[in-house]
Amino acid sequence: MPTLTVDGIEVTVPANSTVLQACEAAGKEIPRFCYHERLSIAGNCRMCLVEMEKSPKPIASCAMPAADNMVIHTDTPMVKKAREGVLEFLLINHPLDCPICDQGGECDLQDETMAYGHNSSRLREHKRAVREKFMGPLIKTTMTRCIHCTRCVRFASEIAGVPEIGVINRGEHMEITTYLDRAASSELSGNVIDLCPVGALTSKPFAFAARAWELRRTESIDVLDALGSNIRIDARGREVMRVLPRLNEDINEEWISDKTRFAYDGLKRQRLDQPYVRRGGKLAPATWAEAFAAIAARLKGFDPKRVAALVGDLSDAESVLALKELMQKLGVTNLDARQDGAKLPAAPRSAYLFNTTIAGIEQADAVLLIGSNPRFEAALVNARIRKRWLAAGIPVANIGPALDLTYPVVELGNNPALLGAIADGSHPFAATLRDAKNPMLILGQGALARADGAAVLAQARRVAESTGMIAEGWNGFNVLHHAAARVGALDLGFVPGPGGLDRDGILQGAASGAIEVVYLLGADEIDMQKLGKAFVIYQGTHGDAGAHRADVILPGAAYTEKNATWVNTEGRVQRGQKAVAPPGEAREDWAILRALSETLGVTLPYDDLDAVRARLAALAPAFAKLDAIEPAPWAAFGGEGAVAAVPFGLPIADYFFTNPICRASTVMAECSALASARREKATGTHG
Amino acid sequence: MTEATGSSSSAEAPFAFTAENLAKAKTIVARYPEGRQRSAVLPLLDLAQRQCGGWLPEPALRYVGDFLKMPHMAVMEVATFYTMFNLKPVGRHFVQVCTTTPCWLRGSDEVVSACKKHLGIGMNETTADGEFTLTEVECLGACVNAPMVQINDDYYEDLDGESMVRLLDALKRGETPKTGPQVERQTSAPVGGPTTLKSSDSSGG
Repeated sequence: MPTLTVDGIEVTVPANSTVLQACEAAGKEIPRFCYHERLSIAGNCRMCLVEMEKSPKPIASCAMPAADNMVIHTDTPMVKKAREGVLEFLLINHPLDCPICDQGGECDLQDETMAYGHNSSRLREHKRAVREKFMGPLIKTTMTRCIHCTRCVRFASEIAGVPEIGVINRGEHMEITTYLDRAASSELSGNVIDLCPVGALTSKPFAFAARAWELRRTESIDVLDALGSNIRIDARGREVMRVLPRLNEDINEEWISDKTRFAYDGLKRQRLDQPYVRRGGKLAPATWAEAFAAIAARLKGFDPKRVAALVGDLSDAESVLALKELMQKLGVTNLDARQDGAKLPAAPRSAYLFNTTIAGIEQADAVLLIGSNPRFEAALVNARIRKRWLAAGIPVANIGPALDLTYPVVELGNNPALLGAIADGSHPFAATLRDAKNPMLILGQGALARADGAAVLAQARRVAESTGMIAEGWNGFNVLHHAAARVGALDLGFVPGPGGLDRDGILQGAASGAIEVVYLLGADEIDMQKLGKAFVIYQGTHGDAGAHRADVILPGAAYTEKNATWVNTEGRVQRGQKAVAPPGEAREDWAILRALSETLGVTLPYDDLDAVRARLAALAPAFAKLDAIEPAPWAAFGGEGAVAAVPFGLPIADYFFTNPICRASTVMAECSALASARREKATGTHG
Repeated sequence: MTEATGSSSSAEAPFAFTAENLAKAKTIVARYPEGRQRSAVLPLLDLAQRQCGGWLPEPALRYVGDFLKMPHMAVMEVATFYTMFNLKPVGRHFVQVCTTTPCWLRGSDEVVSACKKHLGIGMNETTADGEFTLTEVECLGACVNAPMVQINDDYYEDLDGESMVRLLDALKRGETPKTGPQVERQTSAPVGGPTTLKSSDSSGG
């Protein structure tokens, strides 16, 4: 714990701190380009120079370890002059194109130039020009602007674990590029745009679309995977212009996945902006009243046993609650929120949560993956495991298809019987888990969305219990979801009621004619062929699979267009904020259900969002506490029966196409095409 | 150099060490402690460059990367950083003329223009028959014998325009010219024999 003096202020900082961190502890702002808290220290921009007594030269504070009795000055004429000199050198080859640069207004170099820049250039020679690079459909490059801080290089190799960005040539000819100008292949590649302190790497989809200062900022959460990454939605008028990460150390740190960042153009395409009713086999535009009337007419004198409801992957808790209560009032028990068919129970809560928590991964010292590809299902969970592996070299084993997860994985094989072997201690990896202080397992939907899913769940519980994953202050049993709606819907018990059918039963019933009416709340990932002749009501945002099959379409609001609640895979309740209005006639989802309930004569007892939320908290206590995690008590769960000797599948085949918003996005389509070309090449002749 | 790698019909041909080079490579890698095998990237790239006739096609970079279990990009970084690695094909005789100050003061301009004129190529170009590539390099550490050129692995020193042409002609004829000083001089000793310690006996005593 060195104690040093910064500008006359004495500070004590943790061991292994740098002078820069000590300066920050003393409340002094140090300009920097290459230094970043989450990346290794490069020390190559030299902007953070400070004066240290007894040192003849200024020192680079980011790379100098803090030591006892150092006397640091950050505001002397020497420091100012040194930084001015550094900045002048950085600007020698930097083009003066701020007026046409997308980074303008949020550029570190621009800001520091305001503080340390000359009012005119002394350079009379030609500036160097650098060839543009191709980094894929997400990252736009203007490499002439690059100041070679190497943040992007360090991010790719350290955080993303895909070391594909590097520095070629040397000195005056130094350039940043990907290997042979190939597209970046990491699911986290978009973060280099935020990291770039200048306008060298900017967002390609956002290129020349707007200026940073003309955007309306809304702090919200992401729903395109089940992490609930904290995001900021930047909008202009009625259009979402871009999505950026917000800092949340417990979930996404300061990163977001490429899907979260770039799928927003899907919000503008294929949208359902008015109700439709199928007449004579064709969907025809209708008014809300007509749509509701069509549903009421179909449900007249219905048998509740012949009605079913399914909830999709993106639905908010408010609308799930409204749908559940509407169905209850109608006497319908054929409900399911597990549209992928995962055999998860609605209780106890610990049976379907990521109990360790995402931040908790950093305490784990052995990880067992079961039927999951965290890289696709939750890219930032994978980044956390990698972070933990980098810090402690923990063993990670996998039961499931072999994966490239950016850290070494012991492939135990894709044999579900291994679960039993680990549970009874006969498999060698059981010892690794038992010897670990904080072992954890991650159970993916690939292991649960199968006929014997409940038995797999029980086996996984036995693995957890027999290897010491359940202990005081530690719960190493984790279910990794990839659908933002799932945990909230399970919290609300959106599962078959007494005598009700689950997803498989509903689909079979619809195919055989036993189920006559199916209500799909944003459920698009089921095989629509199986719905047979059923009357399908689709409430959602996009003209995707569900809408094409529907007999009545009720246009809902996407996650950027409503104030709503989601529960992430850890069980963390978070609120999304409305950034823009829904298109056309579309409405917030709970309000649609409330209006429909009135038409059906079973009016739901809430008239505003506060009342819905009060009801949420009353029904499921978890909803009373926002942004917090309550450890879920451990209890027995899982089904009896044998686990079939069928290998586990993975729930996500194409990372970029997991929900209607992504499928409507041209940016995601481009990424998907590149990724599949890369896969083909990898399995072909290319080394 | 803006393009990272050159294009050639052989650029996409797969690369692998010959049995002999593979044995050498294994010996080289074994010199480094466990976990530090990546340190062998420079000698291995050199080995690959020699096998490929003086340049590194892109498949060779990937091969070396895979050989040392290091990212291809990291191999690319090393290969582009060091000017001794050629990422485009070079002629059979790779003529590297030193033009740093001592050589320049001693007449490297004349050597350069003799090469250009005699070979009919400019800097960083290769003759049509693929025999010669001409390039300019920084100090090669033979300033005492300036001006000098390096051709493949050999130094030719104390040059002027005329001796440079003679040297090129000899190489064209397939001869192996004498390396080192091209004037009457033993290594870096004074021209025309010793000027001091004339009576000293090399056997001592």
